[in-house]
Amino acid sequence: MQHLAILPIVIPLLTATLLLLPAFKANLRLRRVFSGVGLALLVLASFLAFAHTSSGAIDRYLVGNWQEPYGILLVLDRVSALFVALTAVLSSCVWLYSSKGDDEKGAYFQPLFHFQLMGINGAFLTGDLFNLFVFFEVLLISSYGLLMHGGGKARTKAAIHYVLLNLFGSAVFLLALALLYGVLGSLNISDMAQRISLLDPSQQFLVKSAAGMLLLVFGLKAAILPLQFWLSSTYSAALPVVAALFAIMTKVGFYSIVRVFSVFFATAEQPLADYGMQMMSLFGLLTILLASIGVLGSPDLRKLSAYLVLLSVGSLFVVFASGSPQAIGAALFYAIHSTLLGAAMFLLVDLISQQRGTVGERLVQGRPVAQPVLLGTLFFISAAAIAGLPPFSGAIAKLWLLQSVVTGAWHGWIWAFILLSSLMVLIALSRAGSTLFWRVNKQAHSGVVASKRRLAAVYLLLGCSPLLVVFGEHLMQFCLQAAMQLLPVSHS
Amino acid sequence: MELMISILIGVLTCCGIFMMLRPRTFTVMLGLTMLSYAVNLFIFASGGLKTGSGAVLGATPDYTDPLPQALVLTAIVIGFAMTAFLVILSIRGRAELGNDHVDGKYAVSELEQKEGKQ
Repeated sequence: MQHLAILPIVIPLLTATLLLLPAFKANLRLRRVFSGVGLALLVLASFLAFAHTSSGAIDRYLVGNWQEPYGILLVLDRVSALFVALTAVLSSCVWLYSSKGDDEKGAYFQPLFHFQLMGINGAFLTGDLFNLFVFFEVLLISSYGLLMHGGGKARTKAAIHYVLLNLFGSAVFLLALALLYGVLGSLNISDMAQRISLLDPSQQFLVKSAAGMLLLVFGLKAAILPLQFWLSSTYSAALPVVAALFAIMTKVGFYSIVRVFSVFFATAEQPLADYGMQMMSLFGLLTILLASIGVLGSPDLRKLSAYLVLLSVGSLFVVFASGSPQAIGAALFYAIHSTLLGAAMFLLVDLISQQRGTVGERLVQGRPVAQPVLLGTLFFISAAAIAGLPPFSGAIAKLWLLQSVVTGAWHGWIWAFILLSSLMVLIALSRAGSTLFWRVNKQAHSGVVASKRRLAAVYLLLGCSPLLVVFGEHLMQFCLQAAMQLLPVSHS
Repeated sequence: MELMISILIGVLTCCGIFMMLRPRTFTVMLGLTMLSYAVNLFIFASGGLKTGSGAVLGATPDYTDPLPQALVLTAIVIGFAMTAFLVILSIRGRAELGNDHVDGKYAVSELEQKEGKQ
């Protein structure tokens, strides 16, 4: 399987392009089925790639067979395969959920969905910094479309902010790229790392300023503290199913930082070792703080879910910034857990709010839901998993996060913030749950019952949580080896 | 030439950022366009500035770095598409929100200022 590395990009591209054909435009059912077939192929390719890399192989795929530092390079290693597989799992659940009504609200949901997947997978697989920019734009322009999906005032307002911010981010990204190219003469990530280590000290400040700009751009995508203001309004304005898909988007920002900074600056031999790590620790901690306050103070469940996404971003940053392979491995594992559970939360909130009539997702007294036992149990499970209670994946993910940062200047703070934030999440979610299911008024329930397909999507996402525990040993080994594989690239 | 290009990039960036901080979507859009011009010039200059040398080997005795030209082309195309999208989005925002403020509504002080002018 020589072409395995490019399949997760080509399959969604072809699916999306074909979905634009007139035959699919008229027939909703056909569109759904075809989209599902494309997605099934994508899942297959992603898992083949995952299995392929678990032996430790690194595929460096040269597009058009140009020689390494010049052409476009795709890198399929453990980390990229892990994220590609995670995207495949998440997107299947999102597709399943959307195929019960949400994709009817506009003609282009399915093509945009696949273009988005193409951009996300491309960003994970690329080994070239300019190509990363291109895939960022692909995923952004489809995310603009998806965010607007369904229409409405709130969405337009959120979209204007989101689009303007990201266009500014793209401009800064290009500035950083041009600066790096001007100084280093290459845009291939591993080649650049080599050239940085041979850099003339008088030019180091140029690389530093470019790296600062990259940190700004990726931080904007990942929504770390001073750049997070778009997140809660965007995620709560989007359709819940779109917000669930966006749960992977902050991880794209995080992944880019991991990919670029661990190769450029993390090893001690580099002249610019540990650049930006202090800043990431500090702002990561502040993000955790802000997100926990946000979780406690959210007036509605969707804002609460958005702040949960923010919380996971903060935790990822502080742990990554501590720099050891164990910490990066733990962060990867936590990224899987938090993406799946965050998405599950968005979908579940949608199911609950549909049954509460006019009150919707607001955390006030309202009519009882039609399926209190079922939804209550699902909410309880996801809350326990997110807060980090055993026997769900949150417990081992957070435990491993904490275990991996036992040394270093920041570790006391990290422990305190992560533990306290978990407590605050627990309080906020138990309060939300008791409001939703117990503090109900005397009205009869609305009679709206959640459809089987939507419930199945939520079951699948929540089911990943115990699976992450059952296969925890293997997956943690994989994450650890992925982190090890990530770091030595800088020596080559 | 270096001085001229750097002044040009600086002025464009400066105007772009100033206009992006204005409250109306139209000016913000123009600001972003200016910023992207500045960025494109910057990418173009990142390969080094030379006169009278071609990007194709053998055409001229001396040659320039062809990669920034390829990069700037990509950046222009993407920037163009994004600006087109932003124009449509702004028009839709104007239609749905009833005004062209980036936040969808004017602050009271801004409204008073507008009325004072009329």
